[in-house]
Amino acid sequence: MNVEPRTAVVFDRVSKAFGPKQVLRDVSFELPAGETLCILGRSGTGKSVTLKLLISLLKPDQGKIWIEKDEITSLKEADISKVRRKMGFLFQDAALFDSYTLYENLALPLRRLTDKRQEEIDSIVDSVLGQVGLATDKAKMPAALSGGMRKRAGLARALVLEPQILLADEPSSGLDRITASEIDELLLRQKAEHQTTIIVVTHDVHGARRVGDRFAVFDKGDLIAFGTSSDIERSPHETARKLISEH
Amino acid sequence: MCWLNKLIEFVGKVSQFGSRVIADLFRPPFEAGQIARQLAEAGSKSLPLVVASGFALGTVMTLHTRSTLVTFGAGALIPTVQALAFFVEIGPLVAALLLAGRVGSGIGAVLANMRATEQIDGIESLSIDSFKFLVIPRVVACVLALPLLTLFMDFSGLLGGYLSEFLASRISFHLYVTRAFQDLEWSNFIAPTIKTTVFGFIIGTVSSFFGYTTNEGAHGVGKAATNSVVVSSLLIILADVILIKCIFFAFPDSAL
Repeated sequence: MNVEPRTAVVFDRVSKAFGPKQVLRDVSFELPAGETLCILGRSGTGKSVTLKLLISLLKPDQGKIWIEKDEITSLKEADISKVRRKMGFLFQDAALFDSYTLYENLALPLRRLTDKRQEEIDSIVDSVLGQVGLATDKAKMPAALSGGMRKRAGLARALVLEPQILLADEPSSGLDRITASEIDELLLRQKAEHQTTIIVVTHDVHGARRVGDRFAVFDKGDLIAFGTSSDIERSPHETARKLISEH
Repeated sequence: MCWLNKLIEFVGKVSQFGSRVIADLFRPPFEAGQIARQLAEAGSKSLPLVVASGFALGTVMTLHTRSTLVTFGAGALIPTVQALAFFVEIGPLVAALLLAGRVGSGIGAVLANMRATEQIDGIESLSIDSFKFLVIPRVVACVLALPLLTLFMDFSGLLGGYLSEFLASRISFHLYVTRAFQDLEWSNFIAPTIKTTVFGFIIGTVSSFFGYTTNEGAHGVGKAATNSVVVSSLLIILADVILIKCIFFAFPDSAL
């Protein structure tokens, strides 16, 4: 398969099962670089698994996955690590290291994966925390942060290495409308300022319509619709039309 | 025979995990910061428990043995018996079981919680090898901390024994120490202390195995903590039997 130079992500007939449960079945799609894809679907339809497959936290049973020019299902661990360096992952519950302060959470990847000096690391951490509105909270432990702050902190950690591809697993879940909107703003700003390719798993249709260029709708492990919001609205699948509808 | 299959599968998985630990020990990066952090957790924070337990055990042991030895006119051997018992067996074994209880359960619970809350996935997503970052420092800390804790256990046991003996016979500290060490060979001291590195490896590896490989959410946290203590303790006792035989083979003079 030829992957276009400006294609960020390709899923080619990917299937994944956990025991007898088929979570993804023959899923294929492409996402051009610099675009935002919102993955919609009911709970347990394989949306989060799709993100974990993209960052190689899970391996597909069948099919191939390209991240830019790298086919990641056949890569060795050391090479997967290089591909992951291009990506940032915002986990559903932020997944901050609870024994580290917010500062240490962000400084860790910079210390481990770059040869930046301490002053540079401090400056980057301050800058990224400033972008997400947590500049004054860097000495706090994750347990001392509210749900919205944790999400923003998780986003800051995902962005600290300036990823080309950002994966976000339900960034607005459990947040009030205003805080969810602030997270959407951050994603939009990231895309506008850094041309980051963003893939968001979400149940928030309002937010998805705001940030998304394309939409993928999953149902029981199948990708039933893929395209722009108008494409999904015209989909023959009622589930897809209902999921993209704000009413 | 289902349980036998499960046992064989478990032994296989733990052995594979242990082999990976040994292989990764010698592969950079060496995580000095993490090792120091875990050494503080496993070592210095366990010290009060180990010293208090050693002191109490030493006191109680002298109380128990004194009347028998005095009856047979062997009261002068009390310090020697105390030293031999602590340096050869009680110190290494009890320190290891205490570490399995305090640190092993902690390792199992912390890693299982990190798995349940996706923190381990978070580390992997940052291109950091979570096994090297989380497991290796914990195993190294247990291997390094346990011999030192054993020494503290041995000497606090002797101190407890001295206190007990002093209250009974007003023996001088100098005489007690002289008698304690007069029949103690280096082989009685060094080999049992070194064997605790194996106990430390068992605690670190088994506890990390249960925590790192769990996949049962919050329920798995408690289960990992319990399994870490139970299996580590059992393996320590089994390993002790084997290692004693090895020590007798390597140091025939140490066989009493």
